[in-house]
Amino acid sequence: MSNDVITKQPTYYQEIIRKGYSRRDFVRFAGMMAAFIGLENSAIGQVAKALETNPRIPIIWLHFQECTCCSESFIRSSHPIVADILLDKVSLDYTETLMAASGIQAEEALKNTMSKYKGEYILCVEGSVPTAADGVYCMIGGKTSMQILDEAAEGAKAIIAWGSCACNGCVQAAKPNPTSATPIHKLVKGKPVIKVPGCPPIGEVMAGVIVHLLTFGKIPELDRLGRPKAFYSKRVHDTCYRRPFFDAGLFVESFDDENAQKGYCLYKVGCKGPSTYNACGVTKWNGGTSFPIQSGHPCIGCSEENFWDNGRFYERGSAFAGFGIESDADTVGKVALGVTAAALAGHAIYTNINKSRIIDRLTAEGKASEKEMEG
Amino acid sequence: MSTKYLRVHRLRRIYVWELPVRIYHWLNAAAIIALIVTGFWISDPPALMSNQEASNRFLFGWVRYIHFISSYIFFFNFLFRIYWGFAGNKYADWKQFIPTSKRFIREMWTVFKIDILMLKKNGEQQEHISIGHNAMAGFIYFLTFIAFLVQCLTGFGLYAGMSGWWLPKLFSWVPAVFGGDILTRQIHHWTMWFFILFAIVHVYLVFYHDYVEGRGEISSMGGGWKFIEEEVFEENRHHTPNPESSEVVGTA
Ligand code: SF4
Repeated sequence: MSNDVITKQPTYYQEIIRKGYSRRDFVRFAGMMAAFIGLENSAIGQVAKALETNPRIPIIWLHFQECTCCSESFIRSSHPIVADILLDKVSLDYTETLMAASGIQAEEALKNTMSKYKGEYILCVEGSVPTAADGVYCMIGGKTSMQILDEAAEGAKAIIAWGSCACNGCVQAAKPNPTSATPIHKLVKGKPVIKVPGCPPIGEVMAGVIVHLLTFGKIPELDRLGRPKAFYSKRVHDTCYRRPFFDAGLFVESFDDENAQKGYCLYKVGCKGPSTYNACGVTKWNGGTSFPIQSGHPCIGCSEENFWDNGRFYERGSAFAGFGIESDADTVGKVALGVTAAALAGHAIYTNINKSRIIDRLTAEGKASEKEMEG
Repeated sequence: MSTKYLRVHRLRRIYVWELPVRIYHWLNAAAIIALIVTGFWISDPPALMSNQEASNRFLFGWVRYIHFISSYIFFFNFLFRIYWGFAGNKYADWKQFIPTSKRFIREMWTVFKIDILMLKKNGEQQEHISIGHNAMAGFIYFLTFIAFLVQCLTGFGLYAGMSGWWLPKLFSWVPAVFGGDILTRQIHHWTMWFFILFAIVHVYLVFYHDYVEGRGEISSMGGGWKFIEEEVFEENRHHTPNPESSEVVGTA
């Protein structure tokens, strides 16, 4: 970041100290972040150095169709510096829910940041963009969210799609998706989009992605679906503390049974942990207090695409598209099996009638030829 | 039924299914049965209670393990069969499965009319005789190969994340195509039903052909031989894709 305008900005460290944190707090924060990103011990210095020397990156944080739970999660991440510094208005040049400015001033701030830091700022998007009816379902300051996204994306260095709304449309994109809610990566072309799915994503994960950008100046390694590998390469199931019960075949059958009290695996009451890529089992939530499975609730797969439409939350079997809510693949399969069996039975009966005719004919033939030979 | 003495067929014994084809067939059948049983178990495990500690049990782990081992057997067996479609005899040839000629499609239609609708001609039940697969069966097997492919892609795609080996990792792009493991898993589960329906119809039709034609359809997958009328054999000789190909023929 050699841009002159940016180097005049204070560094994160200066901001942290100015806010009244001690050097010790700062180092602890750097260590924690390095651990969350999955860096080695030796990289803690690198993180600290980056925060000390790099000027803060301007961030524009846009809110479209969403519930702000991503922001909520972010400001509740376990270290106060995250909320205080990374998300404070110091770092956020524009964000509808947290900035002090409003109305014309706010729009001005957005425009200024976009022109002043063209090509340098990080665009964070929370929420999906409705594309139906020319985008009128989500308008801010007289512009549709589509227009705002297009303008903001143009000069962005990178784009972070926060949460399932921005990554895959979440609940507003669930069938029948009346507003044609569309995830960010389908609308923005030619810019790297980092997907941080989850409803919401874990606060530490969000902070980790930002700190990675600050420390290394480039986007973290992404998987095939565009998610940072450091947090989304393992399934919840692979790091779940109930896994031994799964492997043993000990399952909760219903929520109030004895097995539930014993803490057995929640697979049969619909746990989507085996198909969900997230860090819940390791990082946990609310400063490491717990995560859904630890609290006795199956994972609903909130960080997976289409999780609202991909079957029911409390069952393994899934609704089978086009055959009504109550039917799953196995019901359809059993019906098909019955129809097949009936068809085969009919075929078999008819075959036997034919065969007995053939045998009759052969017998008659045999008798006739016997007569011929005698005669 | 004007006879001047009984009509007597001269049957020729033809070696249709070579040993590799037979081994492939039964390995495939065993693997599919194991995969379906363990697959159902994995999708909805039975409620088996136990007083043992979880650390002393690995029941579900074993069920999954059998599923994964069977899938490897299934996969390599499938690869072998594709190879044998180029290396095997004419009855195993890949052209037996893919409708590439008008004749193939015409034969499919004939089989459909005679064997499935059992239409009669002049009040007589017709017979369609083919030495290897008939065209309809061949085409259905082609569909099963596509189902095999779908199962290998989705199955190994789901497995890729758990494995450190490069082979399953080759499939890690598959769940990404479907937007994640959830839909991939559902496709894997739906496709399994095709196998079940196929197996039932397949076994029925094998019995049917043996039952009405008496040419050794059932035992052919054991010993490899079928019994075909001399005239049919002579006629078929002129229609097969590569009539010169060596075949082991013995007379009954
Ligand atoms: S509770 Fe869910 S994530 Fe945990 S072991 Fe069971 S199925 Fe897997």
